[in-house]
Amino acid sequence: MPQFTDLFFYALAGLTLLFGFLTVLNPLSRSPVTSAMFLVLTILCMAGLFVLLHAFFLAAVQILVYAGAVMVVFLFVIMLLDLKADQRRHFNKIAVGLGGLSALAIAGTLVASIVTTIPVSQTAGRLAEGETKALGRLLFESHILPFEILSVLLLVAMVGAILITKKDLR
Amino acid sequence: MTPGLHHYLIVSALLFSLGLLGVVARRNLFVIYMGLELMLNASNLALVAFSRYHNNLNGQVMVFFVITVAAAEVAVGLALLVALYRKRQTAHVEDLTSLKL
Repeated sequence: MPQFTDLFFYALAGLTLLFGFLTVLNPLSRSPVTSAMFLVLTILCMAGLFVLLHAFFLAAVQILVYAGAVMVVFLFVIMLLDLKADQRRHFNKIAVGLGGLSALAIAGTLVASIVTTIPVSQTAGRLAEGETKALGRLLFESHILPFEILSVLLLVAMVGAILITKKDLR
Repeated sequence: MTPGLHHYLIVSALLFSLGLLGVVARRNLFVIYMGLELMLNASNLALVAFSRYHNNLNGQVMVFFVITVAAAEVAVGLALLVALYRKRQTAHVEDLTSLKL
């Protein structure tokens, strides 16, 4: 009898791929707002997959940072700029065909290499107790230098974003 | 069939190619950006799956860093888009041909 978590995996994986497809090529709407909404749904389903992989902290970060902050910035900028003219354009048929071909080629190569190299019977190992605690220890003990560099990067990005969007650079 | 490492990796590979499809096929800069985000998310999923099945938390630390860098990248990229829109009133790559000979 299949376990519930297995069913959850198949449901979440299918929904992730469906919403991902609707993000990039929605047959009903070319509006970037629709794409952004479907990207939010994709990210929520991926957070569910993270939970199935016992990465609870990352699932929370995924929802807070991606579905919360990043997508709000996206929607804010999309609504700030008036993009009505773009929606009247149709998909470029050649671009969609070539893009589909290249995506199929990449997907075929990756799936073939995964199927041939990863042993099917690989099962998950025992987990350390309190995984978020272990992750925090790892982050603040052995990865403290990249962590600090990252905070500088965030500061640089913030100052850069403000400077780039200024009306007159002086 | 109980999902194993390769199930997660196949989902990640398919999601990555969907992101690539968005970058190549679409002409709206915002949707191209969303395709990039999809590709980053796909690699995150692969990293978390490897970290779970090899019982090594370093993969999750890497995902944490990737998410932070992606947030910074989105902020700067959208700022560039706003500056571009101010100059050219478009977010469509076919209108941005001033480097063409």
